Formats: sequence, C-alpha cells, structure tokens
Amino acid sequence: MSAFSENLARLTHDVPAAVPHGALPSAFVIGLTVFVLAVFVGYHVVWKVTPALHTPLMSVTNAISAVIIVGALLAAGPHELSLATVLGLVAVALASVNMFGGFLVTQRMLEMFKKKK
Amino acid sequence: MSQNATSLAYLTASVLFILSLKGLSSPETARRGNLAGMLGMAIAVITTLLTPGVVGYGPILAMLVLGGTIGAVVARRIPMTSMPELVAAMHSLVGLAAVLIAVAAYLNPHEYGIALPGGGIATGSLVEMVVGAFVGAITFTGSVVAFGKLKGTFGSNPLMFHGQHLLNLLLGLTMVGTTIWFCTHPSLAPFLVVIALALALGVLLIIPIGGADMPVIVSMLNSYSGWAAAGIGFTLGNHLLIITGALVGSSGAILSYIMCKAMNRSIWNVLFGGFGAEVAPSAQQAAASKGAKSGSPEDAAFLMKNASSVIIIPGYGMAVGRAQHAVKEMAELLGEAGVKVRFAIHPVAGRMPGHMNVLLAEAEVPYDQVFEMEEINREFVDCDVALVIGANDVVNPLARTDPSSPIHGMPILDADRAKTVMVVKRSLAPGYAGIDNPLFYADNTLMLFGDAKHIAEAIVHSL
Repeated sequence: MSAFSENLARLTHDVPAAVPHGALPSAFVIGLTVFVLAVFVGYHVVWKVTPALHTPLMSVTNAISAVIIVGALLAAGPHELSLATVLGLVAVALASVNMFGGFLVTQRMLEMFKKKK
Repeated sequence: MSQNATSLAYLTASVLFILSLKGLSSPETARRGNLAGMLGMAIAVITTLLTPGVVGYGPILAMLVLGGTIGAVVARRIPMTSMPELVAAMHSLVGLAAVLIAVAAYLNPHEYGIALPGGGIATGSLVEMVVGAFVGAITFTGSVVAFGKLKGTFGSNPLMFHGQHLLNLLLGLTMVGTTIWFCTHPSLAPFLVVIALALALGVLLIIPIGGADMPVIVSMLNSYSGWAAAGIGFTLGNHLLIITGALVGSSGAILSYIMCKAMNRSIWNVLFGGFGAEVAPSAQQAAASKGAKSGSPEDAAFLMKNASSVIIIPGYGMAVGRAQHAVKEMAELLGEAGVKVRFAIHPVAGRMPGHMNVLLAEAEVPYDQVFEMEEINREFVDCDVALVIGANDVVNPLARTDPSSPIHGMPILDADRAKTVMVVKRSLAPGYAGIDNPLFYADNTLMLFGDAKHIAEAIVHSL
C-alpha cells in the first residue's frame, strides 16, 4: 500500500492514532452532513421542475446516477487483473450505458418540446 | 492530481448536476441544463481517470466504448412509448453497478483508501458497504421485474400469494442477522448471502404491484437507484456520489409522492399491492343496464367545428393506438377553423410521470397548448366539447361521487362538466382500476367506438 493511501485512510476513517479525539468529525459524519444538505437541495430543485418535463427529469437523473462510474473506475484501475478489477470493469460498462444513453435520450426528448410557431 | 484538486473538480461536477435539474423548470432552459449535466459527467470521469491508482486505461476505455455505444444506439432508437421500459432498465443497471462496486471495494479496499493500516476494513465501512450493496441489489431485481411488467413479459397483474408479507419480513430479519455476522466476522460468504437475500427481496417487493401503479413503481425505483449511488458514496467516502445520489433519491421520492397523490393512494397502499386485481361487480351491473349513445366520426367533426373551445384528454390508449399524429392534425385543423383547442393532462396519464407530455411533444403538439390538471380543470365548465381519447379512470366521475369506489377521492379531469363529452374507445370495458365509468352513459356523452387512430383520421377527413 502506498504511503498516500495510508495517510488518506487515516485521515478519512477516524483512526484514533492519527487524529486527536474530537479534533475532526469522522468521514461518516462529514458525508452525512453533505448528504442531508444535498437532499434539501434536491427537494427544492425538483419541486420547481415543471410536470410536463417529469419524464426528461427521470431520464436525466438516470444519466447522472451513472456518476457511480467513479467507484467503478477506481475498482477497474489497477493493471493486474483480479476479481475486483473485473467487477469494476463490468460496472464501468453498465454505468456507461446509463451515462451515454441517459443524456442522449434526454436531449432527444427535449428537442421535441417546441412552442407554437 | 492532488487530493484537493480532485475534490474541487468533483464539487464542480456536483454543482453542474444541480444545474442540470434546475434547467428542467422550463422547456426553454432544459436543453442548457442537460448540457450542464453532460459537462459535469465529463469532469467527473476525467478527474477519476487521473487519480493515481487508475492506470489500466486499455480495458477501461474498451468498456466505456462498449457501454457508451449500447447506450447511444438505444437512446436513438427507442420509441417514446417505451420510455418507461428504458428508464426501468437503466435503474437496474445502476443497481447492479452498485452491487459490483461494493463487492470490489470489499475485495480491494486499498484502491479506495478504506483499508485499515493493520489490514482489514473498519466496521463503519463494512456497514456502509452492506447498505450500498443491499439497496443496489433491491433496485436491480426490482427494476428487472418492473421492466418485465411494463414490457408485458411477466403480465402486469399483481401476483399475490399467502404469507407474502411474512416471507418478506423473515427475509428482512435474516438479512439484518447476516449483516451483523458480516460486520463482526468479515468474510465474503455472509456478504454474498446479504446480496442474494436483497436480490430476492427486490423481486418479492415488486411482483404484488399491479400495472395501474407502474408510474409509482418506476418513480420509486428511480429514488432507490439514487440511494444506492449515495450508499456507494458513503462506502468510498466520495462526496460527489453522495450529493448526486441524494439529488436522484429525492427526485424519485418527490415523483412517487406526486403520483400517489394523483391516484389518491398512500405509498403503503401501493407497496402492499394487489390493486386492480378484482372488479367491483355491483357498479359494473348497475351501469351496464343504462346503455350508451354512440356517434360517428362525422358527428364528432361537425360538433367540434362548430364549438368555440375543445379540450382534448389523451390517455395511454391514444399512445398504444399510435393516434397522436392524427390527433395533432385534427387539433391543427380545428385551430385553423378558429376553435380554441387545448390538451388536458392528468398526472398519471401514460405509464410514467410526464409520459403523455413527451408523446404529445413527439407528435409536434406545441407545449403551450398542453395543460396540467390543476391549470385546466376549472375551464371544463365553459368548454363546448371535451374529447377523451384512450383515457378512462382519470375522467371517471365516480371518484368524486361514490365513496365505495376504489378510486374515490382520486383527483380527476372534470370532463363530465363540459357541454358535450365525446369518448373515443374500443369498447365499454373498464380501465386499469377495473371499475365501470358512468361518464360513458351520461346524457351529454357521445361514444365513438373504434380504434383511436382510425377515428382521429376519420375526423380529420371530415373536417
């Protein structure tokens, strides 16, 4: 393991030896803070979406949930093939279907919404 | 790239994703929003590819091209009537990807920076892993079943059996037990058992839900796919995934809520299923004895040409009959004759939220002629003709008047309040909810029996 990821592990997953108790909230608590705030942002943004565009809303959320590819790329990252990298590669392919498919089909739908000439 | 640069790039991507949803507040800004989403995704992918641990570019690019090509081809070819199936299929892919990533994270924790210095994984990370895999697995099989039901492969009838809820409860409890086993004695076996149980639970949760509730289910699985992404975000300590997952999760939850409200059902009522399985016999017989008036497309054309305002209520039957282009032509001709033509959309018209709007947009109906239920319901009183095409339960006045009806309290389009109602329908058969519709037998109603497309074309011909 590299020194970098070791430090990262220590920093992000409250190993008591590395971080004085109470100095930093744990990664989970920081994550939870971000999560709760993002739910509020999502709530307010989505209520403003016009009902006519609810289908494109679903396809675009499909597309952006393909961001899970970030996790897949990390798993698929190493040169040597192992079960973990193979699983990662399969996940990359699955997420890419959503990524390209989701944005393109949304684009196609949105092109159709036109005003009266 | 340094850790800080990576985090800032991810922050930029998160903001762009929020803007992509914000753009959908109006059709004018929506396309720009979608572009923002694409940009955000490009930033996220490139940033991750530049992470120190990611070096095996060859196979990764091959997979990106493979998945991307499939996605692009499907996006180009899919007919708009099949959007619900496409969306369900995409939810299942996100779910499966989440499961695979969670297992990969367990097998190779170093790559994600979640390994403890002495080897092994912190208990907190294990719990997050199980949660991510669990939600992902339910989303995966649940969406596969929903896809099958939408496509008609499995039949859309709810499937109930004795002791179903008890079985689900037992599975749930076993899963909690196995999770504790996994977190105290980490090994691959209990992890895979949890995933297998979640896969089974995904199937069991969706099979009892009937075809009429599909809009809720598709929205709910949309929500699950978001929570799965957020769960993986917690596992990996990645804020971009957490934020995106939260956005998608709350979006799906709001859509489920809107759909439930439009059907006047509680989410629990939908989830426990069985709706639409039986027909209420009393209402059926009472109405069938009355007899309905039927008319010809020529009558319909005459009535509409002489009307000053017409409201068209399209339902899924119009889409199935591929009548939307003929209907649009009819609306255009009436418009040229000086008739005010508008379309009224019930929130659950079609098989997913907003489906009917897309189908009308595809037929090139201008979106400023299309109105939501709340916007247009009070206009029916002043309208000369309400033309119902392929819709049924959403214009059933029993929802207002009959407390014993299964759809009582459901908000409906007040078509019956128009001076004349015309209903294009194949027969007097009941709709999804399995109940008869007294609107068909009302004094001011004219039934136009036949295929939606043929009738619309015949009306166009006589105009």
